[in-house]
Amino acid sequence: MSRNLIIGTALTVLFIALAALSFLWTPADIETLDIPNRLQTPSAANWLGTDHFGRDMLSMIMMGARTSIAVALLAVGIGMALGIPLGLLAAARHGSFLDELIMRGNDLVFAFPSLVIAILITAVFGASAVNAIIAIGIFNIPVFARLTRGAALPLWERDFILAARVCGKSATHISIEHILPNITNLMIVQGTIQFSLGILAEAALSYIGLGAQPPTASWGRMLADAQTLVSIAPHVALVPGFAILLMVLGLNLMGDGLRDWLDPRIRVART
Amino acid sequence: MSLLAIKDLSLSIGDTEILHDIDLTIAAGEIVAITGESGSGKSMTALAVMGLLPRGSVAKGAINLDGTDILQTSETDLCKMRGNTMGMVFQEPMTALNPVQTIGAQVAETILIHEKTTKSEAHKRAAAMLERVGLKVPPSRYPHELSGGQRQRVVIAMAIALRPKLLIADEPTTALDVTTQARILDLLRDLVREFDMGLLLITHDLAVVADIADKIAVMQNGRIVESGATRHLFAHMQHPYTKALFAASAHTVSLPETPPSPPILQVRNVARDYPMSRTAFLGPRPVFRALHDISFHINAGERVGLVGESGCGKSTLTRAILGLEDVQEGEITLDGDPVFSGKRPNLAVRRKMQVVFQDPYSSFNPRHRVDRLITEPFHLLPHPPTGPARADAIAKALTDVGLSPADANKYIHEFSGGQRQRIAIARALIIEPELIIFDEAVSALDVSVRAQVLDLIADLCRKRPLAYLFISHDLSVVRTVTDRVMVMQAGKIVEQGETETVFAHPQHPYTRTLIAAAPKLPDIGQTG
Repeated sequence: MSRNLIIGTALTVLFIALAALSFLWTPADIETLDIPNRLQTPSAANWLGTDHFGRDMLSMIMMGARTSIAVALLAVGIGMALGIPLGLLAAARHGSFLDELIMRGNDLVFAFPSLVIAILITAVFGASAVNAIIAIGIFNIPVFARLTRGAALPLWERDFILAARVCGKSATHISIEHILPNITNLMIVQGTIQFSLGILAEAALSYIGLGAQPPTASWGRMLADAQTLVSIAPHVALVPGFAILLMVLGLNLMGDGLRDWLDPRIRVART
Repeated sequence: MSLLAIKDLSLSIGDTEILHDIDLTIAAGEIVAITGESGSGKSMTALAVMGLLPRGSVAKGAINLDGTDILQTSETDLCKMRGNTMGMVFQEPMTALNPVQTIGAQVAETILIHEKTTKSEAHKRAAAMLERVGLKVPPSRYPHELSGGQRQRVVIAMAIALRPKLLIADEPTTALDVTTQARILDLLRDLVREFDMGLLLITHDLAVVADIADKIAVMQNGRIVESGATRHLFAHMQHPYTKALFAASAHTVSLPETPPSPPILQVRNVARDYPMSRTAFLGPRPVFRALHDISFHINAGERVGLVGESGCGKSTLTRAILGLEDVQEGEITLDGDPVFSGKRPNLAVRRKMQVVFQDPYSSFNPRHRVDRLITEPFHLLPHPPTGPARADAIAKALTDVGLSPADANKYIHEFSGGQRQRIAIARALIIEPELIIFDEAVSALDVSVRAQVLDLIADLCRKRPLAYLFISHDLSVVRTVTDRVMVMQAGKIVEQGETETVFAHPQHPYTRTLIAAAPKLPDIGQTG
């Protein structure tokens, strides 16, 4: 295992653990306002300090991790669930009208700036975490569809696919039994990368107030709230800022490390 | 004094010794061949002479080329020598050329790197050199516009542009057709004589060696086990490995007689067209006819060969017979039923035939275990065996091809090329088809492994009547494993008949060319 993979996985696991822990316990209740104690710097009572309503920042980060991870994960899920079958279908029917239709549809989605459309969707259908998930998820579909098709096409040329066709297996059957297992690695790596982009997109949407709504905690919202207070209490902005930075860094390092670790060519050399 | 003298060359990477005490000399104007099977260290020896050893390898001994010890020379000086004092020709001419440069520019580049000369002068010399290697196309062509043989000529022109003293050719004709191979070997021989070069030829093909080399070194596991003048060595083989290699190259099998039987596969007047890209924006797509009026049949239990050079339509015919693609004219039937049935394959027909492919490395899904791989054809059965019946079938299929039933739980990467080809045959046989198509099934194998696989095929024929279509470019193999042979050229079958008759008395000029071009092993019957 590479150093990247270890550091990346450690960071990712840390945030996921914090998010999971928040279901059972947080250092303080984030719905209780404690105005006299606002904008405290980190101390033994509040490890990461308090915000402008006197809420414990560590608890806020833990609850925010929950939102970020849920939104990004579900968005990746939407992208995979729709994108991978579309890509497999396009590859199986390579050169047909259906292939053209799917790929040009993908081009169409790609042609729009994703964040602007996400803003449009949340603005039209109302600002909420669910709409943010859908908006981010839609833009994950063409990423996975293209990647799947690109990886599946050379596989379709291999002799073992020809052997399967000689055995009378249908394109669907071959796609599921032979193509999919051989591109899983690629999907896991891309999923990790899209996960990190999803975290960023969720933070951006809630920063402009179109993501999860209060009182649900979210890192982007924490940043937005801290914006005017940076000169008085910099930690209020730094804490969610670093949370986003470390989570995205961790996921990217993990994706990078996974790519090397799962690559069969490198794995053959290792065993 | 010899041009190249390798003395006590040993090479190790980590704890593994790759080469042990290699001794070899080449004089100017001499052709020396290193032969042996894959992994014997042939190519590594060639790379050592070029000073292109892989990182982390430790070499001992001396490689003396024209007074310079390669192993003691710095990388900077080696760069000056490569292309200048020594040139190299690789196996795969497509990957050895830069696809976005004209062939003239690539040859000229070699000259410009090593000599202070003007660009126009270099291009003039490059053009002359391309003409010298027998290339009849202008130097302004790009590699993709040339055939494999023409590309190999360009690679040779690059290697000899500066008249090197030593030329190293690593399997220069392995990727080429037999007729092209014969012409390239002639060219190499002429160039050696004309320029008084030394030629170090690396090849696995003993017949090629016998044709061209003055001296031979036989390598096994990183050692030269036997070497000497070609004629002498073939006449007085000492080492058992040399003998085994020779025997395997000339290996023949005896097939059981088959009683006259009714035809199972019928191919009648088949034509296959491929649409090409439009020449005009709104014009019709031009059509390329890959198969012209193909007609033949295969009887039950009959072994039929199909020979022809690359691009003659062999693979297209295979796909059509397997029912994977429709044909534009004519019909293909198996036991009276058409093999192609639209989008939904007719399992009853598919059940009767199976296929074994050339490349043992891409024929299997790397993520499945052997039991799952070889039972894939069970998909064709209406009631595939389950439980103990399935386990029995797997065990029997593996035993039949000389593997152990315990191999069922292994992954494909745990097997060698020859073992993989056995597994491919097990997969083809597991549903007991009436017809098997061997698509260049032994072409990628070492000679000794090839001999074993051919024996296996003959064995299987003895156990039960098995009809097959054996597609190959290797005439000697086709001659031994088939009853009847068809010769294909440019999408047409130009000759067909009893294998022995066709080989002994070829009628069509193309068949004669093919047979004449195939390199032959020397007949050692009288001398040995």
